[in-house]
Amino acid sequence: MQITDIIAAQARYARCIDTDQLEAWPGFFTEDCLYRITTAENHRLGYAAGIIWADSRGMLEDRVAALREANIYERHSYRHILGLPLLEDEGPEGVRSETPFLVARIMRDGATDLFATGRYLDLWRADEAGAPKLAERIVVCDSSRTDTLLALPL
Amino acid sequence: MPDHNLPETALPHGLTAPPEVPWPEGLTRVPYWVFQREDVAALEQTHVFRGETWNYLCLEAEIAKPGDYRATTLGGVPILAVRDHDGEIYAFENRCVHRGALIALEDFGHAREFTCVYHAWSYDLQGNLKGVAFKDGINGQGGMPECFRMSEHSPRKLRTAVVHGLVFASASDTVPPIEEYLGDEIMERIDRVLGGREVEVIGRFTQELPNNWKLYVENVRDSYHASLLHLFFTTFELNRLNMKGGLIVSESGGNHVSYSAIDREAEAKAKAANDYAAQNIRSESDYRLKDPSVLEGQDEFGDGVTLQILSVFPGFVLQQIQNALAIRQVVPRGVGRTDLHWTYIGFKDDTPELRKMRLKQGNLVGPAGYVSMEDGCVGGFVQRGVVGASDRHAVLEMGGADASSTRTRATEASVRGFWKAYRECTGL
Ligand code: FES
Ligand SMILES: [Fe+2]
Repeated sequence: MQITDIIAAQARYARCIDTDQLEAWPGFFTEDCLYRITTAENHRLGYAAGIIWADSRGMLEDRVAALREANIYERHSYRHILGLPLLEDEGPEGVRSETPFLVARIMRDGATDLFATGRYLDLWRADEAGAPKLAERIVVCDSSRTDTLLALPL
Repeated sequence: MPDHNLPETALPHGLTAPPEVPWPEGLTRVPYWVFQREDVAALEQTHVFRGETWNYLCLEAEIAKPGDYRATTLGGVPILAVRDHDGEIYAFENRCVHRGALIALEDFGHAREFTCVYHAWSYDLQGNLKGVAFKDGINGQGGMPECFRMSEHSPRKLRTAVVHGLVFASASDTVPPIEEYLGDEIMERIDRVLGGREVEVIGRFTQELPNNWKLYVENVRDSYHASLLHLFFTTFELNRLNMKGGLIVSESGGNHVSYSAIDREAEAKAKAANDYAAQNIRSESDYRLKDPSVLEGQDEFGDGVTLQILSVFPGFVLQQIQNALAIRQVVPRGVGRTDLHWTYIGFKDDTPELRKMRLKQGNLVGPAGYVSMEDGCVGGFVQRGVVGASDRHAVLEMGGADASSTRTRATEASVRGFWKAYRECTGL
């Protein structure tokens, strides 16, 4: 797995969410993935709970289905701006990387706010075709605060 | 223009201008101005949060050892909750008596004493002023006057009480003891979840709500909306109006418990009668989970109760939604903003399976919760909806006009209960 493969996967991931292709979002993960959104404070204190906590791709698919069919929230979109991934050496479980992000939220009336900043702590594993998939993505938001609600994934 | 001819007595006490419309008698109407006025917010500080109420501060587990402290808030006022060496918990305003700076800057910590960073005045763990820097001046110059007595200066102290590991405080000397304030039924229901258990914090999140705090605490007490606004609940049979359960409203009105338990018999009957379909409610759906393990909770309290939402006037919530346990602290941040502090908890003796279930079911609650996401935005819908309608009022007639316990959750009894306690406190 090359750093360019990971950069490309990151770019596709951001575009997937920002262009409302949520049905494709679980496809970035392995079947038995761990996806968790937490905050820097919780991360530092070792608290296990998340704002979102999923340990299977099925749970991510359910999240998308709930957003589409069940949950009520005002229409909005995100704009992800990703920094450069910092790669660690490849270990037996895959490649770990850390990538800073900044996400603006654009509400249906046009109001745009800086919604979240933070970093992705990722574990990448190549699928059969050699494409990097997320075996783990811990989204560590810098702030302990969430404005109103977190509907779309980060 | 202020009307100087208006006799002061024409105003409900604490208001700076007459209300847009008088508040009608009874509990079924709530004027929208109560969510919109600065003077109401100010009145709430003195009469609700610092009035005859008990307010949640923190968990006992967060200040387990002598010297541990937690910087928290009572209605927005900064407070320090501290465990002293006598094992007792003390609470006082986190405000230096010199010139008002915060005494402690961290949210948590361990201290032998507190020293204000501004001019280094120091306090013991009970909030008593113990030291004034350069009290006697330098080389005989300056210093505090002879008549200055440290014992005459201390930050305002609060009464504290601990209920099954929950630390409450009151600024009132006359508020009844916490057990009486809560009432037996509420005490029992806190005991049901927390009694004899060792709490462990597993997460902490703050959600900023774009609305007045009362719209959130109304929502918490509103058992009527649960199956209507939150489709996730109804679809997965976590909470239907025809489940076994009901509502407990305390004598004061201010505290409540809403609960439901699986009632297979009623469930089957409802299916036969097609209750939901007949009402053409959005809850009819064939939406199924890919990974249903999120709903495979354990009956950890052994009574089949899948949901228990408990509130204490004014701003405390204890939540059990299956195995997702959390404390919510509601803090006003001005007329149209509220901080909702979530503390997700488990118990020290959780099995790994149970702990994992808590993490999974954490998806149900919080800012991204399948069943509480909507509660984060619906208060804002009201706050924005009532702009320009301060002379109008909300209608709270579901389930009658009183504020008493009932077997049904198709009622607004506990919302009326909140307003009963609120009007008692504020005199509005
Ligand atoms: S304000 Fe605290 S010592 Fe001066
Ligand atoms: Fe709700």
